[in-house]
Amino acid sequence: MLAFVLSRILQAVPVMLAVALIAFVLFSFVGDPIATMLGQEFTPAQRDALVAALGLDQSVPVQFIRFVGNALRGEFGLSYRLSRPVSDLILERAPATLELAFCASVVALAVGVPMGVYTGLYRRSWLSRAFLTFSLIGVSLPTFLIGILLILVFSVTLGWLPSFGRGDTVQLGWWSTGLLTASGWKALVLPSITLGMFQLTLIMRLVRSEMLEVLRSDYVKFARARGLRERSINFGHALRNTLVPVITIVGLQLGSIIAFSIVTETVFQWPGMGLLFIQSVSSADIPVMAAYLLLIAAVFVAINLLVDLLYYAVDPRLRAGRGH
Amino acid sequence: MRWIHGCAPGVVTEAMSALSRLWDSDLFWSFRTTPTAVISAVVALVCILGAVAAPILAPFNPFDLASLDLMDAFNPPAFMEEGSMAHLLGTDDQGRDVLSAIMYGARVSLFVGISATAFALLLGVLVGLVAGYAGGVVDAVLMRIADIQLTFPSILVALMVDGIARAALPREVHDHLALYVVIFAIGVSDWPRFARTVRGSAMVERNKEYVLAARVIGISPARIMLTHVLPNVLGPLLVLATLNLGLAILSEATLSFLGVGVPPTQPSLGTLIRIGNDFLFSGEWWISIFPGLALVVMVLSVNLLGDWLRDALNPRLR
Repeated sequence: MLAFVLSRILQAVPVMLAVALIAFVLFSFVGDPIATMLGQEFTPAQRDALVAALGLDQSVPVQFIRFVGNALRGEFGLSYRLSRPVSDLILERAPATLELAFCASVVALAVGVPMGVYTGLYRRSWLSRAFLTFSLIGVSLPTFLIGILLILVFSVTLGWLPSFGRGDTVQLGWWSTGLLTASGWKALVLPSITLGMFQLTLIMRLVRSEMLEVLRSDYVKFARARGLRERSINFGHALRNTLVPVITIVGLQLGSIIAFSIVTETVFQWPGMGLLFIQSVSSADIPVMAAYLLLIAAVFVAINLLVDLLYYAVDPRLRAGRGH
Repeated sequence: MRWIHGCAPGVVTEAMSALSRLWDSDLFWSFRTTPTAVISAVVALVCILGAVAAPILAPFNPFDLASLDLMDAFNPPAFMEEGSMAHLLGTDDQGRDVLSAIMYGARVSLFVGISATAFALLLGVLVGLVAGYAGGVVDAVLMRIADIQLTFPSILVALMVDGIARAALPREVHDHLALYVVIFAIGVSDWPRFARTVRGSAMVERNKEYVLAARVIGISPARIMLTHVLPNVLGPLLVLATLNLGLAILSEATLSFLGVGVPPTQPSLGTLIRIGNDFLFSGEWWISIFPGLALVVMVLSVNLLGDWLRDALNPRLR
């Protein structure tokens, strides 16, 4: 167990270092940080002082090590656009994105799994066909268009739900939450559906195909022959064995949800990290971009690691040595 | 004249027999007997024709500023009460005909999608062939890069590449090159899937006897790869490229919607949706919804075609 965990962690380190290198190159060689930070007028002494303060007079490997060290402590310098520490900006925006991602995953799972089970069990019913058609449309509709359509129907035409912002938030320490107010909940509905739609259809199709696969297997036939009730076969045997791939996909998709929140946050003007990132891209705000790149990479690597470990916990074959 | 008299019948019968062979081929039989495939092919063709022939077919030229009249602004579509037949899908805030803007926009979307897919295909095939044929360290390094990139959603990679280009290039240069930056960004974000397909096949073929024989008689590795290994993956590559085209069009639309895509002087469907989004609340829904509909129809038809092609070319599913 320990060897497995250690080897996985060791595999993750070079990936993070490679991403850090890209972020470092971006940070130090793209654009001119000195000129950006000093502005129009400066003396040579001021310039030299800033170069020394940023450590730009040292050799490149030393600079890289310093960059990694700073990154580990969460220091990415000042945003060019807002002149505030990048770490503060990201921390301020993180709760909004995480709450949105969490609600979107809940929507995707709570609707996707039952739909997948139903379409897997009752392949020929008209409801299953309707679900499948719906999933095809869900895959072909780009996220931003889903958002626009939802706004058109529920905000503009019906006027039920707000179309932008988080509503009223409550400050819990550094974490600002929209989950404690009615307007916060209302504001979450449309963005969560928009963000969760793609994952929902994915989960549904996955659960369906896995259910079909498992229901054909010998042990399910045997369970039928033993005279077990349909209910316990469907849920105790079939659904349970579809869970491994579902865990993997849901886990891996959590990263995508955070990445795709860029689009959803733009449509709904949701004050999260994605909106911050897209504003940084359009104004070439390198420190924020570098920090976001590293953060997303860390999230992805951590999720991959966790999924591997969960696999290990769920699938007993992996524990019995190197068997496949 | 003699030449035509002498050759024409032969050419015609040859063309006819080629056509009838095509008609009778497995692939075409599957195409004829799959209604979804036929319908999506027709829809895709209509989209492509409308986009390519936009300067001829479009009722107005949306880029001709002289023809724009602000008096025509915010005309609703023809089927609504205040709409006019002159503008079937209405007009936008500057009096531009929405239908014409969609046709010109689809042109940009399609151009970027096809170019980006071609770029990803070329890069992926090159990397895949080199990795699969060379093996060893080269293979390990190249495929590790592909694996790492595959763990990130391609739209994120495209956004990053686009952002870096924006920061690295001076503003005037970037404005000038924006279209190509987008093509590059989307292409770079999509190459790993092509590379993995080609690499797998290259590794299988590399050790086959005919490749060994070709090597023995001194044929260069580059030629072996192009003439012997590559033809074996053309089918899967075609499927991947078709499915990728739909994704690339969506990626472009997303980038343009986010405001970091193609330049506003050459609006794509994504740009049109972004512009129209500002008027959603004042009730002018048609400015964003019709371009969105056009985008979905285009992508859906390409995707369905790709799905069919995948099933038709996969002998195990027959």
